[in-house]
Amino acid sequence: MIEARGLTKDYGEKRAVDGLSFTVEPGVVTGFLGPNGSGKSTTMRLILGLDRPTTGDVTVNGKHYRDHAAPLHEVGALLEARSVHTGRSAYNHLLALAQTHGIPKRRVQELIDLVGLHDVARKRAGQFSLGMGQRLGIATALLGDPSTVILDEPVNGLDPEGIHWIRNLLKGLAAEGRTVFVSSHLMSEMSLTADRLVVIGRGKLIADTTVEDFVERASEKIVLVRSPEAERLRDALAGPGISFVDAERGALEVHGLSAEQIGDAAAAAGIALHELTPQQATLEEAFMNLTREDVEFGHVEEGVAA
Amino acid sequence: MSAVAARVPRLEHVGRVTQARVFLSEWTKFRSLRSTLWSLGVGMLLTVAFPILFAFVTSARWGHMSPEERASRSPMDIALAGVNVAQLAIAVLGVLVISGEYSTGMIRATMTAVPKRLPVLWAKVGLYALVSFVLMVPAVFVAFFASQAILDRHHILQISISQPGVARSLLGGALYVTLVGVFALGIGAIVRNTAGGIATFSGIFFVIPPLMNILPTSWNNAISQYLPSEAGRQLFALQHADHTLTPLAGGLLMVAYCAFVVGLAAFLLVRRDV
Repeated sequence: MIEARGLTKDYGEKRAVDGLSFTVEPGVVTGFLGPNGSGKSTTMRLILGLDRPTTGDVTVNGKHYRDHAAPLHEVGALLEARSVHTGRSAYNHLLALAQTHGIPKRRVQELIDLVGLHDVARKRAGQFSLGMGQRLGIATALLGDPSTVILDEPVNGLDPEGIHWIRNLLKGLAAEGRTVFVSSHLMSEMSLTADRLVVIGRGKLIADTTVEDFVERASEKIVLVRSPEAERLRDALAGPGISFVDAERGALEVHGLSAEQIGDAAAAAGIALHELTPQQATLEEAFMNLTREDVEFGHVEEGVAA
Repeated sequence: MSAVAARVPRLEHVGRVTQARVFLSEWTKFRSLRSTLWSLGVGMLLTVAFPILFAFVTSARWGHMSPEERASRSPMDIALAGVNVAQLAIAVLGVLVISGEYSTGMIRATMTAVPKRLPVLWAKVGLYALVSFVLMVPAVFVAFFASQAILDRHHILQISISQPGVARSLLGGALYVTLVGVFALGIGAIVRNTAGGIATFSGIFFVIPPLMNILPTSWNNAISQYLPSEAGRQLFALQHADHTLTPLAGGLLMVAYCAFVVGLAAFLLVRRDV
């Protein structure tokens, strides 16, 4: 369980996170979505106490992260920026972190096997590929058997098999009742794994809702209607805030009314309808619609802001 | 890599973070880097090799030396000749122990595991001081006995370990290098950057002292004795001049400098963003 209240972080003149309030619940995968540079990584650093908020507050499982007696058991984190000494082997990296909590060596070996690094565990982490680095980061995150898992862009650098593995892992962790908070700038990835979404743009909260609600909210009401009496239908539906676009093959796109409203109005006027199809926006389109004004850096990497 | 493997095994018991556990963790980090082994190896090698080299050179040239030149040679200067060089290796490693975490990003993992942060600094300082001292003590004694054995073949510059101040100077040499390591670690924690940390350390220990010669002699004598390098080296000076501190006073001042630097590092560590 992660609870942010009015979370704000300034770096000099620049406001990276601006009054964020949201709750991440256990038992589901919560996607953390926003364009590059929108403040996702900063928010995660604030949750972990690596950065101090300018104002506001964030707690994990009811306490500030630094106040937990066994922090790795509360939260396991994969940060986007690499957090491994390049000169140390994966095994020793995990062992050193495990020892801070008295976690046995056996556990270190278990996780190396789990993420598939057994062949390279004794190699220096500086020689790792991006994908191997991500796997090591995930092993690090799971080391303390945490009740909350925070992963910043976990599929970065993974091959399709690795991406598939991450998706299963995330769902499995949520099914075990853990809190799973995963950031991404890729909508398609979130639509496959997340149940809930926290969406931010320019450091501000845009939405904190389910994936379905988010799509619903972001979709303009558009209904495709087909009727032999198109002209009469137009007259029957006309009103303020309602517009019509001629679609192909004599169909009509109605903007501003739900399918139910159109159907009822047509029935009342005795007009036959041959088709009545609500046009659902994809998650991708919903995201684009809601964050269009909030894209700040275009293609600049988010790591720069962190 | 199948879906079945995605289940995370449960951990039956997780302990709380303690200072002792953080110390053990820092030991694992310390011993698992090549830079550690290299720097410590070089530091010990220099401590022993320089006195042996100096003893050979002095022995070989003794017959050609003027009486004044012979009088200027001291057996303890030869025995501790390596300390001045070894301190650089130990200082560089001291900076790296902390700056290496910042340059690689490891510091984020470290501070996520120990979010109270200070136990990490205490563990690094304590561990590094312990390791440096434990390695430097035998190094200076080996340097002493080896250089004395070489000089003994020519029956020159003999001094006994039981003579007043000799054992203290040897232990003082080891302690001096240890304190230099702690000072450098503190600088590294403040600067958080390898190049900057080594440059800052070098400025304080190697650039400022000779600059003091620009000052009028009376000023130089009054001020220089309080510089960390000058105060610290009284720990291994057999005799002390009028304008130098006693070994105890110099040693205590050096400890105070280390406490100040590490204290400032601690203050900044809890306040700054990682």
